[in-house]
Amino acid sequence: MSAPQALSDGWVVAQRNLIKIKRVPEVLVFVLISPIMFVLLFAYVFGGAIDPGDGTEYKEFLVAGIFAQTVVFGATFTGAGLAEDMQKGIIDRFRSLPMSRAAVLVGRTTSDVVYNVLSLMIMALTGLLVSWRIRDGVLEALAGFALLLVFAYAISWIMAFVGLLVPSVDVVNNASFVVIFPLTFLSNAFVPLKDFDGILKRFVEWNPVSSLTQASRELFGNTVGEPPSDAFSMQHPVVYTLIWSAIIVAVFVPLSVRQFKRTTSR
Amino acid sequence: MVDMIRARGLVKRYKEVTALAGLDLTVPEGTVLALLGPNGAGKTTAVRCLTTLLVPDEGSAEVAGVDVLADPQGVRRKIGLSGQYAAVDEYLTGFENLTMVGRLYGLGKARSRTRARELLERFDLADAGDRPSKTYSGGMRRRLDLAGALVAEPPVLVLDEPTTGLDVRARQQMWDVIRELVGGGATLLLTTQYLEEADRLADDIVVIDHGLAIAQGTADELKAQTGGERIEVVVADARHVEATRRLLGAVAVGDVQVEERSLTAAVTDGAPALRRLLGHLEEEQIGVLDVGLRRPTLDDVFLTLTGRTADEKSEEVAR
Repeated sequence: MSAPQALSDGWVVAQRNLIKIKRVPEVLVFVLISPIMFVLLFAYVFGGAIDPGDGTEYKEFLVAGIFAQTVVFGATFTGAGLAEDMQKGIIDRFRSLPMSRAAVLVGRTTSDVVYNVLSLMIMALTGLLVSWRIRDGVLEALAGFALLLVFAYAISWIMAFVGLLVPSVDVVNNASFVVIFPLTFLSNAFVPLKDFDGILKRFVEWNPVSSLTQASRELFGNTVGEPPSDAFSMQHPVVYTLIWSAIIVAVFVPLSVRQFKRTTSR
Repeated sequence: MVDMIRARGLVKRYKEVTALAGLDLTVPEGTVLALLGPNGAGKTTAVRCLTTLLVPDEGSAEVAGVDVLADPQGVRRKIGLSGQYAAVDEYLTGFENLTMVGRLYGLGKARSRTRARELLERFDLADAGDRPSKTYSGGMRRRLDLAGALVAEPPVLVLDEPTTGLDVRARQQMWDVIRELVGGGATLLLTTQYLEEADRLADDIVVIDHGLAIAQGTADELKAQTGGERIEVVVADARHVEATRRLLGAVAVGDVQVEERSLTAAVTDGAPALRRLLGHLEEEQIGVLDVGLRRPTLDDVFLTLTGRTADEKSEEVAR
């Protein structure tokens, strides 16, 4: 089956998913409120307790971390959306149509980029309110947002696979909580790398969520001085994050498509 | 006549259960085949194998001349499937649902829109076409789902229990719609739990049990095998059961089934037989709580063919 068909069919499915935002705007409200809540909570709760260590303010340090955490969490929507389709039987309709076998997945992961764009915009505005600033050029900042979206897109393919495997939306939500929560908290998103020790520090250092956060901080100009470690992941965070994104996509796109072909509705 | 669906020796096993045990099916072009059986008989599994949703463990199948295993995508271009659970997107309007399906069949945007409007009109959904399908009744959703199967005017239609769960009125409406389709020359495979539905819609009926065809024929042929209509009598006094059994046996064609004070037997000449029986009961002064003539059901067909009722069968599967 051809890639152009996967894209054109995928676009039809993405449009279908986006109509849901229009019909059930409540979903969007929660998607957008939780990042605002995170920015405000962390900025004012931990703002005084954690010192980024390079002379910057914690709020300045925090916002890129919240960006990373939120877009990674956004992947849950991909898994939940697919699990819902499976539960409702519409996957059988799709599977009986002469459409690309990748289209439902391409469509879902694509429409979820829209969620992430919206939540990044809202978070950036909230960030500006708590005195976070873009201190380098606009192009660098755009590159930062683009990197966040690329990594989030890759992660959403993992959750797509999970969404096809598990029996219900609830299980997707719980599963993603169990995986994504540690992944984002065992990173430099909220606590600087220097405050971790031993084996935990190694994990945090090489965690792609850390490199994503580090890269965003650098691109938004929210960090001063040397990178917090000599590890490749911290010295070249953009490259390291892109490598991870590529690996995840290369593994999970074929895995998910194979699962889609095998699966049947419940 | 060309066979539009041909399945040979389909086998599908799950861990504990054999869903299909070597099923053969043939549906000639322009005809309607009903796959009749209780829950768990393997109807849906058979449909899923034929519509490429499931790969059988053994056997082969062709739909519209295309091999299901070798060229599933080719088969998908030839079929329209409407499932047991109406597979419509509830957030989308009827129009959006059908347009989406059209585009995924590769009809193109303009053609998909025209076709969607045509089908909404035809299925009596024109007024509701621009409302989210969430607001539709069960019958409307089923009609929308069926319309989805017809978007690309496929030569073969597969309907999996199209009326299960619908109320009498919605079922009647669905039957009218399907009969109209059939009149248009479509080849149709239909699964159902209702003998009456198979009787009304199908040219040919295959009765399926434990994943195997156990009988095949026209509705009339099956009824001849199973004895046509039934007389059911409920006597007021349990002491009269034996006498009633004798009297009912005299007008019936087969055995008399007795369950407490209720007696059932197949007859060939419905109303006259009932009149004769009532006369005899009157003469012997046997009090009757209820008496009536009814069409044979799937239960009766099953009882005759397998010695078990359809309910007993599904319990067996549940165990």
